[in-house]
Amino acid sequence: MNLSSNTSTSGLDLAPPSVIDLEHETVRGLNAKMHGLSHGTNHGCWRILNPRGRHAIVAGLDAPVMVDIAGNVGYYCAGMNKQAHVVVHGNAGVGVAENMMSGFVHVKGDASQAAGATAHGGTLIIDGNATARCGISMKGIDIIVKGSIGHMSAFMGQAGTLTVLGDAGEALGDSIYEAHLYVRGTVTSLGADCVIKALRDKHKAELFEKLKAAGVDGQVDISDFKRYGSARTLYHFHIDNASNY
Amino acid sequence: MTNSSDIPRTPPRKSATFDDYTLAEIRRAAATGIYDIRGGGAKRRVPHFDDLLFLGASISRYPLEGYRERCGTDVVLGARFATKPIHLKIPITIAGMSFGSLSGNAKEALGRGASAMGTSTTTGDGGMTPEERGHSQTLVYQYLPSRYGMNPDDLRRADAIEIVIGQGAKPGGGGMLLGQKISPRVAKMRTLPEGIDQRSACRHPDWTGPDDLEIKIEELREITDWEKPIYVKVGAARPYYDTALAVKSGADVVVLDGMQGGTAATQEVFIENVGLPILSAIRPAVQALQDLGLHRKVQLIVSGGIRNGADVAKALALGADAVSIGTAALVALGDNNPVFESDYAALGTTAGAYDDWQEGRDPAGITTQDPALTQRLDPVAAGRRLANYLAVLTLEAQTIARACGKSHVHNLEPEDLVALTIEAAAMARVPLAGTEWIPGFNGKI
Repeated sequence: MNLSSNTSTSGLDLAPPSVIDLEHETVRGLNAKMHGLSHGTNHGCWRILNPRGRHAIVAGLDAPVMVDIAGNVGYYCAGMNKQAHVVVHGNAGVGVAENMMSGFVHVKGDASQAAGATAHGGTLIIDGNATARCGISMKGIDIIVKGSIGHMSAFMGQAGTLTVLGDAGEALGDSIYEAHLYVRGTVTSLGADCVIKALRDKHKAELFEKLKAAGVDGQVDISDFKRYGSARTLYHFHIDNASNY
Repeated sequence: MTNSSDIPRTPPRKSATFDDYTLAEIRRAAATGIYDIRGGGAKRRVPHFDDLLFLGASISRYPLEGYRERCGTDVVLGARFATKPIHLKIPITIAGMSFGSLSGNAKEALGRGASAMGTSTTTGDGGMTPEERGHSQTLVYQYLPSRYGMNPDDLRRADAIEIVIGQGAKPGGGGMLLGQKISPRVAKMRTLPEGIDQRSACRHPDWTGPDDLEIKIEELREITDWEKPIYVKVGAARPYYDTALAVKSGADVVVLDGMQGGTAATQEVFIENVGLPILSAIRPAVQALQDLGLHRKVQLIVSGGIRNGADVAKALALGADAVSIGTAALVALGDNNPVFESDYAALGTTAGAYDDWQEGRDPAGITTQDPALTQRLDPVAAGRRLANYLAVLTLEAQTIARACGKSHVHNLEPEDLVALTIEAAAMARVPLAGTEWIPGFNGKI
């Protein structure tokens, strides 16, 4: 499967990007510059060169800027992002877009563990695969993974959507609250209190919107997806459920 | 022939192992099928600061004049890496307690009392409320596994960040806030349905182990532009290694919480059987800092059973830079006050023993979200009581420090102490009173 979506800033009609080469600048220097941007900044487009797996690249952004990162990033890229549109032209380490509040993060390659963990809002798109704990404790983010996800994904997922075009690993949605999970492929196993649910019209509409955000609407058949969510049997502690706690 | 009624009989004898409390707990468990959940810290007797004494001045030690000669109490926290370390007037901070487990009025009162005395308060699971930020001159923002309410704006609004690995009442345990306390506001702050039993994870979702923690700390520093001191809080379990690993990971401050430290709600079996008394944990933690050459450079805050100025002074003498109080602060606000005895009796308990904080029916209006009960606590008056109490703790600690000839409470040292019991001597690594014997001391402290 080769589903493409162009979210890069390079093709947009914008002023030439400001370029920061991490070969010559530190992550601290980069982030300090980005944090100094005001909400009404006219420095709207940035290109980061030579990230080489460094951690916390563009963490804590809070401005409507476009950021292209040319290469692989380490842990917590775009952590706690607000407003910014970040594209990683490579793979992402642990916790990409963790605790994101708003904005948009697109990983062109694969993502490591805990992608989009605890995030409250915004959209995270992963073109490749995401490994374990994708969307763990998600609180409102929309995550779309074009490949497959690993075990314990959406653990204790509270709100938001996790859409997977590939397969899901073991214990999907363990102890889930109100997050909506859509998986096109197989699910190795469901976690405690996570069940398959009917894919009604309103869910199809929601799913369509997520696929559209990822630029793959029309490329996949919505009816191929199954919906998973909480059975809500663990919402109130009961001794008969002790083995599930 | 002897009449059987004339034979001397022994009185009924109850088992020391199966005492009345144990028997009652067995019957309760058999009736309900569920373990006992309660708030607070360990209630069992463990070696504690009561088992230590100060020696005071003598021919070889000059005391300082009370009310005349200065005895400093200020402390700076977080100067290792943070560009904006915290300066506190007293070495006594308020421990992390959440809005949710506590009422809004209680959080406000904590902020008022602490701010009046120039010290800090700490958020808890569930995020930061505008009220506690507004009423706390210095506010430490907890970064917990659940990340309920966590957001970068509050992170930047905070004066310091405390990454919570564990707490003394339940090292290795998560939490559960029962549905009675999940009010609409609490539910919204935590992005959860109203009225459900809310679980808090025991592990952080996006890092595992000290190597990852180092990167997580780096991220938090980046987000806050390296301004905020970063604390790492651990429950007392393996204090030497946990302190060393926290320091290695880049912590500015280590917070060490003993088993007497309170929790909002946890299983009784957990509270009473997991973790260490704080007395046994301080010296290993200080040892770790000394071995790394960072004692007094990375600050150590200890908590769990601090009740009076003597406890404060003893903790500092063992090497801590500051202490933190939770249970005692709640008592100062009005928790377990005998004036509510009839209410406590109606709940099947008595003032001084009430610990079902998870039920949300606190007569004192502190550990509840019930609007009628929360109105019982006047945040201004309660804040004044807390300020008074903090003042007394400080004056008492100064009194002892002056008696030991110290011009600052941080100048207290282990040599000022002796122990009353062999256990306390071994744990605190100070001599048994009247001897030069430190049990377990093999030439290396």
